[in-house]
Amino acid sequence: MNLLLKIWRQKGPNSPGKMVDYPVTDISEDMSFLEMLDVLNDQLVVKGEEPVSFDHDCREGICGMCSLYINGQAHGPERLVTTCQLHMRSFKDGETIYIEPWRAKAFPVVKDLVVDRGAFDRIMNVGGFVSVNTGGAQDANCLPVSKVDADKAFDAATCIGCGACVATCKNSSAMLFVSAKVSQLALLPQGKIEAQERVLNMVEQMDVEGFGNCTNTGACEVECPKGISLENIARMNREYLSAALTGEEKKEITGGF
Amino acid sequence: MSTLNSKIPAGPLEKKWSDHKDHIRLVNPANKRHIDIIVVGTGLAGGAAAASLAEMGYSVKAFCFQDSPRRAHSIAAQGGINAAKNYQNDGDSTFRLFYDTIKGGDYRAREANVYRLAEVSANIIDQCVAQGVPFARDYGGLLDNRSFGGVQVQRTFYARGQTGQQLLLGAYSAMSRQIGKGTIKMYNRHEMLDVVVVNGKARGIIARNLITGEIERHSAHAVIIATGGYGNVFFLSTNAMGSNVTAAWKIHKKGAFFGNPCYTQIHPTCIPVSGDHQSKLTLMSESLRNDGRIWVPKKKDDNRKPTDIPEEERDYYLERRYPAFGNLVPRDVASRAAKERCDAGYGVGKSKLAVYLDFSDAIKRLGKDAVAAKYGNLFQMYAKITDEDPYATPMRIYPAVHYTMGGIWVDYDLMTTVPGLFALGEANFSDHGANRLGASALMQGLADGYFVIPYTIGDYLADDIRTGKIPTNTPEFDEAEKQVKERLNHFINNKGTKPVDHFHKKLGKIMWDKCGMARNEKGLKEAIAEIQELKKEFWKDVRVPGSLNEFNQELEKAGRVADFIELGELMCKDALNRNESCGGHFREEYQTEEGEAMRDDENYAYVAAWEYKGENAEPVLHKEELKFENIKIAQRSYK
Ligand SMILES: Cc1cc2nc3c(=O)[nH]c(=O)nc-3n(C[C@H](O)[C@H](O)[C@H](O)COP(=O)(O)OP(=O)(O)OC[C@H]3O[C@@H](n4cnc5c(N)ncnc54)[C@H](O)[C@@H]3O)c2cc1C
Ligand code: SF4
Ligand code: FES
Repeated sequence: MNLLLKIWRQKGPNSPGKMVDYPVTDISEDMSFLEMLDVLNDQLVVKGEEPVSFDHDCREGICGMCSLYINGQAHGPERLVTTCQLHMRSFKDGETIYIEPWRAKAFPVVKDLVVDRGAFDRIMNVGGFVSVNTGGAQDANCLPVSKVDADKAFDAATCIGCGACVATCKNSSAMLFVSAKVSQLALLPQGKIEAQERVLNMVEQMDVEGFGNCTNTGACEVECPKGISLENIARMNREYLSAALTGEEKKEITGGF
Repeated sequence: MSTLNSKIPAGPLEKKWSDHKDHIRLVNPANKRHIDIIVVGTGLAGGAAAASLAEMGYSVKAFCFQDSPRRAHSIAAQGGINAAKNYQNDGDSTFRLFYDTIKGGDYRAREANVYRLAEVSANIIDQCVAQGVPFARDYGGLLDNRSFGGVQVQRTFYARGQTGQQLLLGAYSAMSRQIGKGTIKMYNRHEMLDVVVVNGKARGIIARNLITGEIERHSAHAVIIATGGYGNVFFLSTNAMGSNVTAAWKIHKKGAFFGNPCYTQIHPTCIPVSGDHQSKLTLMSESLRNDGRIWVPKKKDDNRKPTDIPEEERDYYLERRYPAFGNLVPRDVASRAAKERCDAGYGVGKSKLAVYLDFSDAIKRLGKDAVAAKYGNLFQMYAKITDEDPYATPMRIYPAVHYTMGGIWVDYDLMTTVPGLFALGEANFSDHGANRLGASALMQGLADGYFVIPYTIGDYLADDIRTGKIPTNTPEFDEAEKQVKERLNHFINNKGTKPVDHFHKKLGKIMWDKCGMARNEKGLKEAIAEIQELKKEFWKDVRVPGSLNEFNQELEKAGRVADFIELGELMCKDALNRNESCGGHFREEYQTEEGEAMRDDENYAYVAAWEYKGENAEPVLHKEELKFENIKIAQRSYK
């Protein structure tokens, strides 16, 4: 198939960017979307032009490294897949495809289609964990967990931290991402002890990073490649409310030894 | 000159590790704060190590090339992690896990290391559950298990088809906690490009900031390499695109011996290659062999749809050849059996390089929902890639490069032949011999990181409590930085004509054809000559656009491929030296009449540790003899 690609090019974080046209020919339907970009890039290198930068690593939908806003949709037109799992058979011969980076204040562009998602890590650093040191854990089966809770926790834990939820949201809210971690740990007995401090700290950091508020549009759930459910946001809101209501002093769970 | 001393503690097998721990030196908490440790790589091995060392009070600097430690290649591991818990009451024990691993590795691993691995395996599960890793559970709320290849007990813990993801996110959460506390300083999007050795000890690294292109110096009292495996030397593999050998290769050139480089694991169940455009191969987890049955048609060139081929015209060749283990034979055995059938003309699909993995029996027995609950994400992945529905028609699968048992040689303390330089996880050569059993890499990575290095590194660092900060303004750092810069400059200034991938694909083809699933003397000699030729061509004709001081992915790839080319040559030399077949290393000249691997224990029961001698000099082989005192060495049989 032959396609016209319109790709966002931007030299660096502070340079202006623009859409540039790249026609590509002889693309096979069995190629993945990123393999199609590989073909383009090899052609650009041979011509002495700079290839298009884009993030990727596992190319099987699990590392969360790939991104891309394709024809106005995060991770492209298919539901429940990441860009690296998208195949060219989802497009028509002769089509024009628009390719842009995630756009959100909290995710500044590094170059071309690559953005900085460091804000997600910083939210994790203030509470996305259970405070246990290595060594001395009790036998794993001393802590039974109901299968229902374990399965729900697992569903929340499958978030790959890709940022599509933020990119899709008109407010650039990170609620789906944060609520996935808060839910996973709140559902498990291991995580309950610190549940209150966790949710308060993570929500606060979310605001510090410049993510917007959630107005319940539900767009994030639709575009999330891992099907993380809005239920998690509802659960996080409950957790947050109860933590705020009990008036507990917000504890520094990160500070000190 | 370094010599090979594996430092295996004396005493009976079961007491070695506890005795060793009781007697090695410690660093007291007040002193730990003044000791810096660099951890390169934050996958399961590096992430677990960085978190644990920081918890103990050391001052840790951690590096990874992705934009977050949560994305290391470990995230992609699917099937599970082994541990000798015996929760299923099926007769499992530390000894049995030890025995299965030594036998699975075709008697080419160190007894003492493997025993320790089996011993700490149970602690790993406890630790991960405490972190909130959501392993699969049964209705009583207890942990569930499944089986993996090469064993007859159920000791594999799993989190649907995303075990690696959940374990890595556990290690990442432990790291996040320490990053928040400031005890780990995390350097994302940084690539280590050399190690700095001062007075014979590893004292730091040179790294490139991948965003700005800046070359940075980082010093420490010890350096840990946990940078994963080198399967991408074959270009096509199940590894993530960025997985590379650079860190391991650089330390090899600075004095760390490379152990058994030719031991490569070719995984039997991957989605077959579909065309030249392909950039990577996708694994279909070994856990599928719990419920899937592997077969080919009994007739050659049978072009009927698989569902139209009646039962009696199917050859379930693994069940036929290996009745005791059936579809769950180890990977090397299953891969060779698939290749044998396809070479003999029974392959299926367009390319004829595929066999069927069929779930119809399991779906009949358990129902579609139960199968989906166990393997849903794998089936989805398969459907996305092939556009076929594996619930309705059997999967087509073929072996692909997956894991490298070879790696940096380390002693019992996980220290390389350079003092103060340690290697963990897939990057070292240690525990899997010539073939790794499924679900054992996650176990080894976490064992190394959570439960071995935190102890053994103290013994080394006890000498450094009065050393003080290691300065970076010394001639050793100057020299290392100069070399790194010269090389990068060469790439940018070289006005070649071909992109990096062109050379990588060529290398991959040579390696797959001549140093892949089957090897022979003639092919290996040809491969060595071809790789030397390719190396010259690469340096002359590679084209890297852009500049040094910016985000430049082609430049990153160029450096990695340059190292893969040199590694490829060493792999072929190692394969040529080993005149026997064992595990994943199959030399066509050495096989039994039934086509099984034929070891030569008299002459090759050793670890081949290669010493780098310079650009144009031959590497020197050092042998670490393997002694089997607790297991009777025998021909491996899964019949
Ligand atoms: C598809 C797939 C499925 C698998 N499934 C299983 C399974 O079910 N069970 C099992 O036991 N094993 C499985 N394995 C094997 C297992 O996942 C790996 O062996 C293991 O995760 C390796 O962990 P690691 O910590 O050693 O390295 P990795 O996870 O590969 O981490 C390497 C780290 O090093 C960093 N790095 C590399 N080079 C540099 C450099 N030069 N500078 C800075 N940083 C660098 C990377 O950024 C990364 O953080 C699977 C492997 C694959 C490919
Ligand atoms: S919630 Fe979904 S879209 Fe958001 S980061 Fe996680 S996986 Fe990506
Ligand atoms: S590249 Fe890993 S999720 Fe797409």
